[in-house]
Amino acid sequence: MTASSVSLPAAAAAAPVPEATHRPRGSTHGTFWWIRLVLAVVISAVMLFPFYWMLQTAFSTRDALYAPGLHLFPTELTLENFSEPFRRYPVGTWFRNSLMIAVVTTAITVVVNLLAGFAFAKLRFRGRSALFLVLLSTMMIPVQAIMVPQFRLIAQAGLYGNVWAVILPTAAAAFGIFLARQFFLAIPDELLEAARVDGAGRWRTFVSIVLPLSKPLIATLILLSFMNVWNDFAWPLIVFFGNEQSFTLPIGLVTDFRGQYSANYGAIMALSLVMVAPMVILFVLFQRYFVQGLARTGIR
Amino acid sequence: MTLIDRPTSAVPPPAPARQNRRSGEQGRAAAWFMAPNLLLIVVFLLVPLGLAFWIATQRYESLGDPVNIGMSNFVGLTTDPVFWESLRNTVVFTVATVPTGMALGLGIAILLNSVMPARAFFRSVIFLPLVISGVSVGMLGAWIFDQYDGFVNNVLAAFGVSGPSWQSNPGWAMTAVVLVTLWIRVGFDMIIYLAGLQAIDPQLYEAAQLDGAGAWKRFTAITWPMLRSSTFFLVVMNLIYSFQVFDTVFAMTSGGPNNATTMIVTYAYKVGFDEHGPGQLGYAAAVGVVIFAITMVFTLVLWRRNSAAED
Repeated sequence: MTASSVSLPAAAAAAPVPEATHRPRGSTHGTFWWIRLVLAVVISAVMLFPFYWMLQTAFSTRDALYAPGLHLFPTELTLENFSEPFRRYPVGTWFRNSLMIAVVTTAITVVVNLLAGFAFAKLRFRGRSALFLVLLSTMMIPVQAIMVPQFRLIAQAGLYGNVWAVILPTAAAAFGIFLARQFFLAIPDELLEAARVDGAGRWRTFVSIVLPLSKPLIATLILLSFMNVWNDFAWPLIVFFGNEQSFTLPIGLVTDFRGQYSANYGAIMALSLVMVAPMVILFVLFQRYFVQGLARTGIR
Repeated sequence: MTLIDRPTSAVPPPAPARQNRRSGEQGRAAAWFMAPNLLLIVVFLLVPLGLAFWIATQRYESLGDPVNIGMSNFVGLTTDPVFWESLRNTVVFTVATVPTGMALGLGIAILLNSVMPARAFFRSVIFLPLVISGVSVGMLGAWIFDQYDGFVNNVLAAFGVSGPSWQSNPGWAMTAVVLVTLWIRVGFDMIIYLAGLQAIDPQLYEAAQLDGAGAWKRFTAITWPMLRSSTFFLVVMNLIYSFQVFDTVFAMTSGGPNNATTMIVTYAYKVGFDEHGPGQLGYAAAVGVVIFAITMVFTLVLWRRNSAAED
């Protein structure tokens, strides 16, 4: 899986260790080399199998799924699992809701986290470490610990069932500040000092010096944040309860698709595929930045 | 934004004075940079957290006004069998997933840090389950571990073994949830360990090899100690994750059979907002406060142990 169409920063391109330098004993591969390779293939196959099962279920007829015996391949292909849910449920609306919430929340989170991360990494002020610790500790607040007061807050603001009821609380995240701070710490102070001497203000320095250097960080933040929001379940379930037109995809999947006693796995897997698709595309586009971003931010 | 920058004079003033003036100016700039994020966090996380402690002392149902009942909700929890069962399930789940997932993640990270073709592809494959929503993963898990038509039991049947009843046996239901969780989490453990491994200076290994250290010795003397901060980070993140696991379990088993897979957060949700909408909000808030307290205590203990080990 390689990102081909994205222009890579020099750092990302330089990241993989050239294999030749590590190859043991000339050009022949030892027994261990083969064992390792086989092991990697086996592990990957195990990890990929559930995806395959998702695909084959989504394209199988209901009869084929529940036929006795072990079937590794679909006997007859069908698109019925994809078309039927769209006819019966407002799946298109759910998709739009999910997309709208994920894009707006990600935009807000990434921007505010970048700003705060910069302040924590590059500006000195009293109480900096204490404040940073308080922010980090908010990562440990489970949704379920504060869902009741949040629910009240949202209800009193008249936002119950509204997309902003999900966007605002979800955008209040601290994880990105941590990543951003770690990344910005690695940017040399001299560079910022030079911009300062040239008469650039803090804002100008941030926008035209720091941000262009931070592509792996921004890609990582976008990916992580979009992933969290797109897949979020607990909180949207609470604020969109009983409000089918406001559902996001995961809520619709659980609430409407999963009957208590008759689960239609073909349709469930088809909708799951629709839901996974944007994430996989984003992941494939950003994955090189991503490992880079995590490695450079020094989570280790 | 008032991010006014004074031009710096060619000759720097004496250090302390400069420090003070600069730190005042930097403090104001920092305030502007942090304001949007702080505002969101205070309004949507810290204020609700404070309110949660207050609501936990109320009898508060969806209809009617809250009534102060002091510590009754917390006292009620101590004699609530489902609460204790969900707490025990959460501990079992944590013990079963966190160390195993980290060991597997470390093993795979070491494997994929060695020389082999298509390394980047393998890494992506291991990481991929993380991008799927917990809800889809839960449904997929329920389907693969379906006791009548699921893949796992079909395979077992093909070998003449009759598979376990994943849905109706409490122990097997938990096993299925643990296996599915490992599938999702191992990629996260791997990628963090991989980043840690790449930060280790290869010269350390070369020196050890010259001294005649074998593979196991190199692992225990270099790799494991050098990965200490990765391990710490992962223990904290994984504990937080497993104490807060919700969507996978909710979609996979709905907490059943008979609460056998009800986790503490699933219970908080059920009490507060079950299938019928808002319920006993005060009691739910009390469960929430307990979840927060447990998470906080664990993190602080780990933090202190880690700081002590660092000195």
